Amino acid sequence: MARTDIFGLAADFADPGVLMAAAQQCREKGFEKWDVITPYPVHGLDEAMGLKRSRVPFFTFVGGAIGFATGTFIAWYMNAFDYPIIVGGKPFFDPIFPFPVMYELTILLAALSTILGMFLLNGLPMHYHPVMKAKGFASTTDDTLRITIEASDPLFEREGTRAFLKEIGGANVQELED
Amino acid sequence: MAISEQFSLEGKSGGSPEVLDRVKPARMPRLPLVLNNRSFSWITDKVCGIVEEKTPLWWWIAFCCSASLAGFTAIGLTYLVSTGVGVWGLSNPTNWGWAIVNFVFWIGIGHAGTLISAILCLLKQKWRTTINRAAEAMTIFAVACAGIFPVFHIGRVWFAWWLFPIPNANAIWPNFRSPLLWDVFAVSTYATVSVLFWYVGMIPDLATVRDRAKTLFRKAAYGLMAMGWRGSNRNWSNYEMAYLLLAGLSTPLVLSVHTIVSFDFAVSLIPGWHTTIFPPYFVAGAIFSGFGMVLTLIIPLRAIYGLHDLITQYHIDCMCKITLATGTIVGYAYSMEFFIAAYGANPFEIFAFINRAFGPYAWAYFIMFSCNVLVPQLFWFKYIRERPHVVWIVSILVNVGMWFERFVIVVTSLARDFLPSSWGYYSPTLVDIFTFFGTFGFFATLFLLFVRFLPLIAVAEVKAVTPQADPHYYQGKQHG
Repeated sequence: MARTDIFGLAADFADPGVLMAAAQQCREKGFEKWDVITPYPVHGLDEAMGLKRSRVPFFTFVGGAIGFATGTFIAWYMNAFDYPIIVGGKPFFDPIFPFPVMYELTILLAALSTILGMFLLNGLPMHYHPVMKAKGFASTTDDTLRITIEASDPLFEREGTRAFLKEIGGANVQELED
Repeated sequence: MAISEQFSLEGKSGGSPEVLDRVKPARMPRLPLVLNNRSFSWITDKVCGIVEEKTPLWWWIAFCCSASLAGFTAIGLTYLVSTGVGVWGLSNPTNWGWAIVNFVFWIGIGHAGTLISAILCLLKQKWRTTINRAAEAMTIFAVACAGIFPVFHIGRVWFAWWLFPIPNANAIWPNFRSPLLWDVFAVSTYATVSVLFWYVGMIPDLATVRDRAKTLFRKAAYGLMAMGWRGSNRNWSNYEMAYLLLAGLSTPLVLSVHTIVSFDFAVSLIPGWHTTIFPPYFVAGAIFSGFGMVLTLIIPLRAIYGLHDLITQYHIDCMCKITLATGTIVGYAYSMEFFIAAYGANPFEIFAFINRAFGPYAWAYFIMFSCNVLVPQLFWFKYIRERPHVVWIVSILVNVGMWFERFVIVVTSLARDFLPSSWGYYSPTLVDIFTFFGTFGFFATLFLLFVRFLPLIAVAEVKAVTPQADPHYYQGKQHG
């Protein structure tokens, strides 16, 4: 029963305790395209919403592995292959002496790809999102706790979902423009 | 009753074993991190208000003073580049004078910021939340000051890019066996990751400032920096994971940076430098000096902006205790160096240490030892820790002491090198002095700009550690 003329519905909740219970009910009801907007990360809300573990660590691992390989490669290529430098009769390449470089590049690329991964998964930078136009959005980065259910969700019904949001303790239910 | 029954957790609603009802275990009350039970919007108003208010007069005065002081660095460096490195007090064999002392001093200061933001995050020390933003800013600005010195110390600063593995006209690559190259990688990685960690931590707060902005310019500027953050829990989930991973990556990074800085010394063959204690000793010293600087900055900020409900006596107490612990580790390292020099029975090493403490630079060693080892012992006393002005003075002495530590290490070993005919007494020139003191102005200028334009306390993180942020806080009020 998807509606296209609105983005969805939003409702505000009085405190994190009510919010948590409401999120659990949304999850149990079977909604898929819904979200909770909070000014700070609410502990335990991921479990209440049934979110899977974030995939950011995958990016971190790949970045770290690339960094380590890059460090190893440049030390070998620059000091042993392209322009072998003789220093104190030491071997041209050995994994020990350039280890600090390998180590630092591992951390550097892992950190960069962690942030890249977080941005990609969150869709940042985001120029516009319908929830930003809602009434009272500005206070959601202050102290308002809000649940939004999107119209594209298969279970969404304009009136039914409005009633559901009120039933689970939501106040100021409003329609979000697309 | 069987023991297993006695300690059974089942059947009790509170979840505590029965034995606890009888023995009455000692309770350590958990101190509140935000005093006076402040609400979320109070925290937002307090911190964002600092960014939004009309620029106070004291800020303009402080800004003009620090920017003028920063001008001395500009003068010193301009004179240096237009004349040559000879204008510094360097000589052969004292090729590393104030420049390297200042580099190690500033880079060390940065370490407390990363310790607070990363290591204390992994250790779940919740008190870090109110001070981490300012401490991370301090890290970044200290690394910026540190970077000036090695870059200009190389002499022909326009060739500084040769430090990086970039193809150049000579077709020679950097030498990967050199600790100085490791340093380039360590410090540039440290600077980059610190800036990223700081910025990522700030995104939700920048969104808060954006949503409170009244003028179009502010909306656009903070809107750009906030990147369209909307506080969605699906975003928070990835964000929290990324933040935790960055903390996990910054922890080995911060320990490695000062380790590699100490390799600049330890990998050489100079008596007094060539010791295995250097990495842990440098890391402890760095954290020690960094906490000194955090206290130096936080105590006046707290007083000026009336942040006593957010930066409480408990925070000051914790920082004093870490300063005391690391200062004592540093004192242990000073003693252990002497013991190993004696025990190792190497006459050159023994000479280096006797010369360090009783030679021509004995006065510097005395300042170092008293400021770093003796003065912080005052923090054993609660009476001292509860007096912010005394803590502030001690924190400044800590940094004086730590500057002298680097001076003692760099200069005493070099000024008494292997060849007695080249021994001498190293003194800085006016140009050295201008350049170094100017960096305090540079640092203060950057910090003042930070205080003025960015939220200096991590608003979202502080909210998350208040009691009312926890969903369980409301149990029994509305639903069972």
